[in-house]
Order: sequence, then C-alpha cells, then structure tokens
Amino acid sequence: MKKLELSPHSTEEAVEIEAGKRKKCWSLEKVSKERWIELSKEVASGKWTLFGLWGSPRKVNMVLLDESQSKLQVIELETPLGKFPSVAIEVPSAARLERTIYDLFGLIPEGSFDNRPWLDHGKWQLRFPLGNILPPEEQKPYPFFLSEGENLHQIPVGPVHAGIIEPGHFRFTMGGEIVVRMEERLGYTHKGIEKLFFEASIEGGAEIAARISGDATVAYSYAYALAVEEAIGITPPPRAVWLRALMAEMERMANHFGDIGAICNDAAFPRILSRCAVLREKILRFSKDFFGHRLMMGRIVPGGLTVDLSKEGKEKLYLLLKEIREELCSIKYFYDSKNSLQDRTVGTGILNARSAKLFGAGGFIGRASGRNFDARKCFAYPPYDKLSFESPLLEAGDVNARVWIRILEIEQSSFLIEQILNNLPFGNTLSVMKEPKVSGQGLAVVESFRGDILLWIEIEKGKIIRCHPRDPSWFQWPLLEKVIVGAIVADFPLCNKSFNCSYSGHDL
Amino acid sequence: MLTEKIESEKESELIKLSEALQGACRKKLGRSLAIREVDAGSCNGCELEIHALNNPFYDIERFGIRFVASPRHADLLLVTGPVTKNMSEALKRTYDCTPIPKWVVAVGDCAAGCGVFKQSYAVMSGGVSDIVPVDLWIYGCPPSPIDLLRGLILLLER
Repeated sequence: MKKLELSPHSTEEAVEIEAGKRKKCWSLEKVSKERWIELSKEVASGKWTLFGLWGSPRKVNMVLLDESQSKLQVIELETPLGKFPSVAIEVPSAARLERTIYDLFGLIPEGSFDNRPWLDHGKWQLRFPLGNILPPEEQKPYPFFLSEGENLHQIPVGPVHAGIIEPGHFRFTMGGEIVVRMEERLGYTHKGIEKLFFEASIEGGAEIAARISGDATVAYSYAYALAVEEAIGITPPPRAVWLRALMAEMERMANHFGDIGAICNDAAFPRILSRCAVLREKILRFSKDFFGHRLMMGRIVPGGLTVDLSKEGKEKLYLLLKEIREELCSIKYFYDSKNSLQDRTVGTGILNARSAKLFGAGGFIGRASGRNFDARKCFAYPPYDKLSFESPLLEAGDVNARVWIRILEIEQSSFLIEQILNNLPFGNTLSVMKEPKVSGQGLAVVESFRGDILLWIEIEKGKIIRCHPRDPSWFQWPLLEKVIVGAIVADFPLCNKSFNCSYSGHDL
Repeated sequence: MLTEKIESEKESELIKLSEALQGACRKKLGRSLAIREVDAGSCNGCELEIHALNNPFYDIERFGIRFVASPRHADLLLVTGPVTKNMSEALKRTYDCTPIPKWVVAVGDCAAGCGVFKQSYAVMSGGVSDIVPVDLWIYGCPPSPIDLLRGLILLLER
C-alpha cells in the first residue's frame, strides 16, 4: 500500500489569502396551494431533492435543492386554515417531517397517509407547544405497523439501549432468524429546542445551537453563525473563516475515527477500535489545549471565533497530522486484510443508489451509495472555495463502503487542514456586531461529518423569531429501516453504527 | 504506541486519580463496579466523554469498573441528559430494575438541572433528581474523562 506523505510545509509565515464572501445560495418564493402541490410533484419526478420542511405558527416552508445548479429554493405557504397539502403523498421522505409539524404546530398535512404522532409521546402536559397550545389528550398506545404472517414474532429494543448510546426504540418483526420489518420510533430525546430558540437572544441561540447534537457541535455552531451573519449582514474576519473550516475538519476526523473503531468492534475486531480511539483522544486533547474545549463547543459564534490558533498550536497540529496519516495507513491495511472482518462488512446492509437519491441521503451514507453530493463542493462556502479536495464516492452501498468513505474522508480532511495551516490569513478572529437590532432571514448549509446540516433563521430587531435546524439524520433514519430487511439481527449493530444517525439532532 | 513520557500536569493528575480510584474501588467493592449508562435525552456530548473512559488512555476496565448492558447487572446508573419528559418513564423503570444497593450519578450540567434546556416544556426542570434519587452530580458541559474519574473516586471514597 502506498504510504501517504505529508508535503513539506514552509516554515516562513503564511501568505495572506483573502477569504471570499459567502454567496447567497437561496431564493424565497411565496406560493399558492396549487403551486405547492405542483412543486411536490416536481420533487417526486426527480427535478428537485427535498432538502427541508418545517412549520411556523401561520405558515409552512419547504426547501428544494437543485443539485446541478447549486441552488436552493425556499418555498413558503400561508396556512390561514391551519392546513397544508401533504408533500408526503408524493415524496416519502417528507412523512416524518409532516408528523413533526403537526405535533409542534397543530398544522394538518391534508391527505397524508400517516397521521400517527412522531415527537409527541403524550407526555408534555400540552399539545402543539409552538402553535395554539391545547391541553393534552388521553394517552393512547403507539400503533406500530402491523406485520401479519405465519410464525412471525417481534423483538422490541430500547429506548434504553445496551451500549453507551442515545435512546430510541426499534421494533423488529422476525420470520425465524430473518428481519422482515424494522420500525423506528424516535422522539425520546426531544428537548423542545425550536421553542427555546424562539425565546433566545442571538448569543443565547449560539449556546443552544452548539448543543443540538454534541458530536456535530462545530458544524451546528458553524451553520448557526453563517445563517445569523447572513440575516443581519455581518462578515467574520478572514482568519476566522479559515479556522472554522479547520475546526470542522478536525471534528470530522475525530468522529470518523470513533465510528470506524466502533464498527470494527461490533464485528469482533477490537484492535482497530483501540487504535482509532487513541487518535480520536489525541485530536480531542489537542482541541482542549489549543481551543479550550475537547469538543470545541461554543468556539464558533456569529461574527467569528472566540479563540485563535497559536503558533505553537500550529506546529503541534502539523505533527498530529503526520501521526494520523501514518496510523491511518496501518488501520487501512488491517481493515482490508482481515477476512473475519470483511465477512461481516462486505455485502451487509446495502443501500441502493435509487433510495439514496430519492431520500436525498447526505454525507458518507449517500456517497457510499453513489449520490455525489457534498455541501462543501455544491455550495463552496468559504474557505472551501479556495481549497482543493476530493469528495470520495463509492457505489456498493454496504457497511464496507461506508467504512471506506470514512477512511478516505479522514485522508481528505488531513489534506484540508494542512492547506488551511499553510495559508492561514493573519488578523483577529472576531468582528463586533455593529447593529444588533436589525432584522432579516438567513439560511446556511454546512457539511457536518454526518452530512448536510440546514439551518434557517428569522431575526426581528435582534431577537430570534424562528430557527429551524434540519439534521441530515432526518433523511437517513428511514433508510436504516430499509437496509436491515432480509438480514439477521446480529447485523443490525453493524448497519446502525455504519449509519450512526443522530437521535438528539433529529428529535430536537 | 502509548508508552509515552508523562510530561503535562494533566497526565500526572491522571496517574494520581487512577491510583486513588484503584484503592477506593478495591476497598469498597473487591474488584468490580458495574455501570449502566442511561442517556435520558442528552445532546450526546456526555456520551462521547463517557466512551472516552474506555479508550486506551483512561482504560477504566483496569480498575474493575465496566459498563454493562442491563440495569439488572449494575451497581451504578450513570445518567446523562436533562431527562426529557419522553424519557422519564424509561429512566424510572431502569432504576427500578437495578438491584439494591445501587447508586445514581448524574453526569453533566443538563442532568444536574442547570443546562441550556432547563426552561423547556419538554424536559424535567430539576434534571435527574426529579425522577430518581441522585447520589452524586458531576458537572461540566460535557465533563471531561478526568472529571468523570474524579467523580467516581469521590463516590467510592464516601
């Protein structure tokens, strides 16, 4: 195997490169009911990919992605009668989003095929917390889909799982050893985040955004900062623009190492887990030493960064990168040369290209199934417009392909960090907000380790009136239900880990 | 790979903590402490740091402390998150399934009732102690592995 070498970096001070201003990547269209229906049909025909769908007290919004044009269309429909035409009839990936809109706002998706509650488990002591609040109804048992047939039996799993992971419920219907159906029930980590945003200041919102999903804290803070900056018209200093990407890539590497290790461990190969865990810990320790927090929580804020990378930090990071690349070579070798491991990952949990496209599966899940979408490429937000990197793509769609995409992404991240270090602009890292009382709307898309995070914000006189973060997991969770059908239960941990969808980011 | 010189204060602190933990653990429990981790709606930040306790740097298993899959095998519940209302029943049931004597350690600011989600309609306002009795709180957002080790020693030495 070819050994990856770190290209020699100049010991002189870096050349200053001006960070570009972020281009606005979206436009807003207010539509009628008829146009709304027409657009959902266009999504079903493949002209657009459904990228987001959320409610507000008196309207619903839908975001459509045109991948070929790198454009997002934000669609807005007023709902004076508290109803809107269901998108899910045409586009299945909208179903859970619509159930959420009903649970939170009480807006009814007309004609929808699935009217079961999603986030509301009947425990909040109220209904429609963000709409017209009503007293709770009597609690009914959750109606799982019925699977009927000779000798079928069910295995309920969760919400408290056997490992150190987040809570959720999986209902397996089995025909002997084979999984006939798996149905997820989520919402256990619902913390009322969208309501908290509604009552928060811009600074307070940054604290919440950093805690939407702890493993993607950098990416969420990044998305929140970009959206706020667009809404109120401020630009962060160039050094902050570059360091944000550096932090995002470090987070990507740390999480990929964690997951690669965990997948191999679930296939009874703990050796790779140990090696990956050491590298992950080294990245976290570096973050603590030079950015002041192991997960870099709350370091990215609207206007820039609350920290700076010292000269010593820069030198240490070069060394860490070198170590990561050397270790990654041996991890690759081990992973690829152990039959017992390959037996478990190759051909397991196959997600086909059609489903990946239909659901707009983001991140490594989509890219392991031939969906060539990466927000860093598609929207080229600075500094990614000035950096050269590849977005690895595979077709197989199995656990093995998802592991490989992650390995290749770590490599790319290490090259990206090196480029950033070589070209880091000088100056301060935080701009002061001049006019904190302005109003506006902002939308940002950031590629987290898991995939594209969409964040929409509306600000009125310096106060947040609506903030909707959409985790990539919304479009990945339903696909996990699909890939496990026909497999044995013992393959589920492998499929689940290789997807690693967020519970907290999804449940909000 | 991990045979490294102890240089920083942090590392020497880890060694001191490890020794104390080992002593306390042996005296109280012989060689074992079984922990059941329960996520009661955290952002998963605390889980990442609890995971780190198992990595080769901290390697908590060397003290006989291990994470188990069922509350019925556990001496201690390590609970994270603000306790969402949707998780409150599951947490209570997990507690009831844990044999006596048992401890509950609430991990992170959210679990202690002082995190960012405190004001929400969907979480318990007082954190874990609203649902089950808590023996120890480990603060932090999230607490680092060192903080977690320090907390476990405190509990065992009590």
